[in-house]
Amino acid sequence: MSAKILVIDNITVSFDGFKALNNLNFSMDAGELRVIIGPNGAGKTTFLDIITGKTKPTEGQVLFKGRNLRSYSEHQIAQMGVGRKFQTPRVYLNLTPRENLELSCNHRKAVFPTLFSKTPSAERRTVAGLLETIGLIHKADMKANLLSHGEKQWLEIGMLVAQSPDLLLVDEPVAGLTDEETMKTGELLLSLAESHSIIVIEHDMEFVRQIARKVTVLHQGSVLCEGTIDEVQSNPRVIEVYLGQPHEAEDNIPVSAKLEEHKTSLSAEDIVTT
Amino acid sequence: MTAQATADRQGIDWARRRSLLIEVAIVLAVALSLMFIAPVILSSFYTNLLGRFLALAIVALGIDLIWGFTGMLSLGHGVFFTLGGYALAMHLKLQIPPTASTKLPEFMSLYGVTELPWFWQPFYSFPFAALAVFVIPAIVGAILGYLIFRNRIRGVYFSILTQATTIIFFNFFNGQQKLFNGTNGLTDFKTLFGAQVSSSNSQRTFYILTILILILAYALCRWLTSGRFGRLLVAIRDDESRVRFSGYNPTGYKVLIFAISAALAGIAGAMFTIQTGIISPNSMNIAFSIEMVIWVAVGGRATLVGAILGAIVVNFARSLLSEKFPEIWLFFQGGLFLFVVLLLPNGIVGWIRREGVDLFQSLTGTRKRSFTYPSLEEDPEVEYERKNIGD
Repeated sequence: MSAKILVIDNITVSFDGFKALNNLNFSMDAGELRVIIGPNGAGKTTFLDIITGKTKPTEGQVLFKGRNLRSYSEHQIAQMGVGRKFQTPRVYLNLTPRENLELSCNHRKAVFPTLFSKTPSAERRTVAGLLETIGLIHKADMKANLLSHGEKQWLEIGMLVAQSPDLLLVDEPVAGLTDEETMKTGELLLSLAESHSIIVIEHDMEFVRQIARKVTVLHQGSVLCEGTIDEVQSNPRVIEVYLGQPHEAEDNIPVSAKLEEHKTSLSAEDIVTT
Repeated sequence: MTAQATADRQGIDWARRRSLLIEVAIVLAVALSLMFIAPVILSSFYTNLLGRFLALAIVALGIDLIWGFTGMLSLGHGVFFTLGGYALAMHLKLQIPPTASTKLPEFMSLYGVTELPWFWQPFYSFPFAALAVFVIPAIVGAILGYLIFRNRIRGVYFSILTQATTIIFFNFFNGQQKLFNGTNGLTDFKTLFGAQVSSSNSQRTFYILTILILILAYALCRWLTSGRFGRLLVAIRDDESRVRFSGYNPTGYKVLIFAISAALAGIAGAMFTIQTGIISPNSMNIAFSIEMVIWVAVGGRATLVGAILGAIVVNFARSLLSEKFPEIWLFFQGGLFLFVVLLLPNGIVGWIRREGVDLFQSLTGTRKRSFTYPSLEEDPEVEYERKNIGD
């Protein structure tokens, strides 16, 4: 077993008393591709926020490669090797894809090296290679706001890779993409997974099935269960949180007993949410 | 493929170099005509006026750097402008003829000061004063910027803080009769290097010097905004928190660009002061700082040329109109700002770059005609396939 790249230890995040994350424990190995699912409001985005330093945990700690991230700010965490792709593509719209990638690729991010040194040719080659990979080579020098939604998603994934992070956090990479683009994105993530550790947050169950090896389900700020996609989909508690349990409150029948009835009739499509 | 790529890159490099050469040629042509033709055509009054406006164009460049490129709307650049002006004025006030009865600037003796305050002492030296013109504003800007940006204060809150700064500085300078002659400011400059400041020869020199400094400032801004640094400024303007997640700390970048912008304002203030013959706390009032922003908005944000053009056009309009109809200038300025915001959101230069070229082409009939659909003919993907795969 390789070393743990990310350990989240008993994290609680509360916003004015509302606990977005509640005693959450999570860990993943280096080189793993992990998918996180969960209904809306489960705390998925907050989960990424505490890893990237956007939100500081109220209690608990995040260990990345064995280092506690609490005292670091966003850019330091990014330099340590955590890259994040946002839910809606956030690329710099007034720059070209090439410039977007060059900014991410720059290895010396302090003010004066950026100002005085020219882009090294090695970085230029990396950028050209990435443009090829994400299929934007012939749109490399037009403004990014002219790209389609799918192309922006890809560009942002490219920016993530250009940063050469060890851990990629990918938030809903296929939202709003066509089936074909979704397929391609899945392949891209799988090929990236060969050399990176990746956390993907996704709703699209078909896509999850395409890429997932291990799935973690979040619910109300805690980990509900973990396992392969099949295990997770047949887990009664998962079915409960996704579909609700109408009689639960009234008649206090043990939930597990109720769920047994539902379990057999459910398939992957039933858990798709948007 | 690699050979093709190298050839492409060389082609791009060459095209870039050629457009740079064209730009240098245009700048030189404009500068030379300003230096040698304008003084012949214009009366000395208007030449002096033009010189002042060119000095104001330097501060407009500074505003463009931080507002146009980095997205920080400073409404307090009058402070840096005035600090630069005072730094030079203090040196000028210390040019006391050896025959004079007192070794103090005359206002000091008036208020009963007997000894030159300690911080006036270094301004005897011209090199010190010349440095102070841009170093003091830069330091003040850097400290202010660091405190603001480190705490991630942005947008409107940043603008409000810069306004508050102008009030603080205004009250300080306005209240210090003994140190800075209070509300009257520093004026009545006699000599610089032994030459009469107000003589037409000296003023001609200042005029040419202003043009040279403006060229240097323009070159500096072009350099700052063209490379990776400039792209990062645009990235900070468009999505600052995204920049953090890419591993950059925007604070350093913003402090540096704000300090450079303040330094440009200081230089502008000094050149303006020496051509108008007065600097007073009045130039720290908020209206003046807002006017600077209007020049840039009229000329075109994030264009640099637009900032220069805007400063000159608006100020000439102002002096012509306020000569003829002194009471309507403010209405005109407000109207101009509304017009620009509503109809020319990218300013004059932005409009020329976007729509002007199209309009010119369709008027002269040189517009490239589309044979299918514009979206097809201009789509780079289609273009690429046509070139590489064939029809």
